[in-house]
Amino acid sequence: MHSTLEVKNISKGYHNHMVISDIAFTLHKGEIGCFLGPSGSGKTTLLRTIAGFEEVLSGEIWVGGSRVASRGFSVPPEKRHIGMLFQDYALFPHMTVFENVGFGVRSMKDLQKKTYIMDQLSTVGLEGVARKYPHELSGGQQQRAALARALAPRPRLLLLDEPFSNLDVALRERLSMDVREIIKEQRATALMVTHNQQEAFAMADRIGVISDGSLQQWDDAHAIYHRPANGSVAAFVGEGALLPGTVIDSRRVECGLGILEGSFSSPCPIGCSVDILIRPEDVIHEDDSPFKAMIIHKTFRGPNILYTLSLRNGDSVLALVPSHHQHRIGQEIGIRPQVEDIVLYARGEVCLTEMPDPNERHKFQVHC
Amino acid sequence: MEGLPQGVQRLLALARAVPEKKDARGKTRREPLLTRIGNAAIEFWKSSGEMFGFMGEAFGAFAKLLRGKASFRRSDLFLFIQQSGADALAIVSLISFLVGLILAFVGAIQLELFGAQIYVANIVGIAMVRVMGALMTGIIMAGRTGAAFAAQLGTMQVNEEIDALTTMGISPMEYLVLPRMLALVLMMPLLCLYADLVGILGGVVVGVGMLDLNIMEYYIQTRAAVKLGYLWIGLFHSFVFGILVALAGCLRGMQCGRSASAVGDATTSAVVTGIVSIIAATAVLTVIFNALGI
Repeated sequence: MHSTLEVKNISKGYHNHMVISDIAFTLHKGEIGCFLGPSGSGKTTLLRTIAGFEEVLSGEIWVGGSRVASRGFSVPPEKRHIGMLFQDYALFPHMTVFENVGFGVRSMKDLQKKTYIMDQLSTVGLEGVARKYPHELSGGQQQRAALARALAPRPRLLLLDEPFSNLDVALRERLSMDVREIIKEQRATALMVTHNQQEAFAMADRIGVISDGSLQQWDDAHAIYHRPANGSVAAFVGEGALLPGTVIDSRRVECGLGILEGSFSSPCPIGCSVDILIRPEDVIHEDDSPFKAMIIHKTFRGPNILYTLSLRNGDSVLALVPSHHQHRIGQEIGIRPQVEDIVLYARGEVCLTEMPDPNERHKFQVHC
Repeated sequence: MEGLPQGVQRLLALARAVPEKKDARGKTRREPLLTRIGNAAIEFWKSSGEMFGFMGEAFGAFAKLLRGKASFRRSDLFLFIQQSGADALAIVSLISFLVGLILAFVGAIQLELFGAQIYVANIVGIAMVRVMGALMTGIIMAGRTGAAFAAQLGTMQVNEEIDALTTMGISPMEYLVLPRMLALVLMMPLLCLYADLVGILGGVVVGVGMLDLNIMEYYIQTRAAVKLGYLWIGLFHSFVFGILVALAGCLRGMQCGRSASAVGDATTSAVVTGIVSIIAATAVLTVIFNALGI
C-alpha cells in the first residue's frame, strides 16, 4: 500500500530541551491516525512539525512520496498540500462560510467552483448557512465549516489539532463520528492529536501513544487498550490496577486474584516476579462466587459503578459493575476474574504511587 | 538589643527560634555586566536580522505586485486605505493645527522683540512643509495605524488564522502585509500634504489673531518662503515614514506570540519601533539633505 505520510525518526527541541525525540511511524492512504498523550507531551509540536511550521532537528518527513523535511531542509507549509483543522477553527471572521470554504480552492472556473463548494458544504451538512458569517454559527457548525475548508483543496494529508476540545461532551461524541465519516467518504488521510482517549478510539484507525516526547506505541485501538506496550501506555489509556504476581508456567500466573490463565503479552521465565495489568472489566461481580473482596471506594457512573476493591492479601483492583447492583463501602462482594490475554510487565518496570485525590484513585501513576 | 522593650525582645527571640528557610528566597541572581551586554547584543543582532529578513520578504512581495502576480483582495486594500487615510483626518487635523499654532506662538514671542512678526509665516511655513507635517503624521500613524496593524495581525496569529492561510497555500506576506503597507504608503504623503496645510492655517490664526498681520500679507510671505523643493522633501519623508510605520506594525504583528497578552506586547512594541525608526530616519534624512545642499 502506498503510504501518504512517513515520519522517520524525527526530533525537535528548543534550547537544549528535546520536545519530541526519535519519532517514527507510517500512515497509509485513507487511514486516520491519532496521537494520544497528556498535555505537554509534545503532540502538538509533532503536528506543527509535520505541517511545516517548525523545522526538524534530525530525521525526515515524507508526504505523498516526496521528502518535505529533513535536517536543514524544509518545504514551506504552503507547498506541502496539507490541510489543517485548528483547535479554535481559525475561520476567517470577515468572510462568509461559503467564502471561507472556497478560499483555498483555486484552479477552478467560477461556476464549477461554486458547485464544488456547495457540494463540500452539503457533505458537512452546512448548505443552509453558506451565506452566514462564522460568528453567526454554533460551535459544532463552525467546526464543520473548518473541516470543509480544510478538505476543499483536496489536501494530501489532513491534520487535526485537538479538533473537539472546545465542544461539549455530547456534541463531541456525535461530531467525532461525523468527522470520521466525512474523512472516510472523501478518502482523505488524516492525522489527529488529542488528549481524550474516547475521541481517539472513536476516530482513529491507528493510535500512537506519546509521552515525554517519544512514541510509546503505534497500533490499533484494540491493541493499545488490551496489549499496551509498556507501563506508561497502560497508565495513560483506560483504567486499571497493577497486581504483583509470580509466573507459574508459560500460561499461568499467580496473584491476589488467584491463578490466572491465558496468553502472556510478553514471555516471562517461570518464577519471575511480574506486575499484571487488570482492567476494571476483567473483574466480574458474582454474588455466589466464593472469592470475596471488600469495597473501599465507589464511583457512580450512571450505567455502572466503578468499585475499588481490596483483596484478601491487601492488593486492590477495580471492578466495573452494572449500577443496579448497589453495595455499600466496607461490604464484601463476590468476584471472579475473567482474563484471557494477560498483560504483564517485569516487576519494577512500572512503579505505582497512590493518586492524591481519592476520586482519581482508580487511575494510576507511573513514577519511576 | 538590651535597650529594647520586653515585648519586642520576646518577638525577636520568637523570630530567631525558627531557622531561616533557605529554599524560599528568590534565586534570581543578576548576571555579570559583561554577560548582560553580550546577551543584549546577541538579542539585538538576532532581531535586526529578523527585521531585515522581513523587509526583504516585504519588498519581494512588492516586486510580485509590480509583476501583477501578488494575490490579495482588492476590497481589503480599499478598507485599509480608508482606515489609514480618511479615518485619520480628524486626529491629523487637530494635531497639525495645534503644532502650527505652537510653532507660530513660540516664534512670535521672539520675533516680536525685533518687530519681525511677519517672519512667523516663514517659520511655520518652512517647518511644517519641510519636516513637521511629515513627522507629526508619521507619529500619529505609528500610534494609530501601526498599532492597529500589529493588533490585527497579532490576533490572527493567536487565532491560528495565519497558519490556516499558510496551509492553504496563501502567503501571509502578500495577503496580509502587502495591502496594509500599500495603503499606508499611498495615504501617508496625502495626509502629510493635508497636515502641512492645516499647520499653516494654525500659523495664520496666531498671525492674524495675535500679531495683527493681514491675511494676504501672511499668504504672500508664506508663498515667498516655502519653495516647492521643501514640499517634495516633506513628501519624501512621509513616504519613508509610511514604509517604516507599516513595516514596524506588520513585523510586530507577525512576530506575535500565541497568547492574548502577546497581542498587547506586539502593539506596544509596534508603536515604539515605529516612532524610534521615524526619528532615526528623520535624523539620517536631514543629514543627507544638508550634505546635498537641498
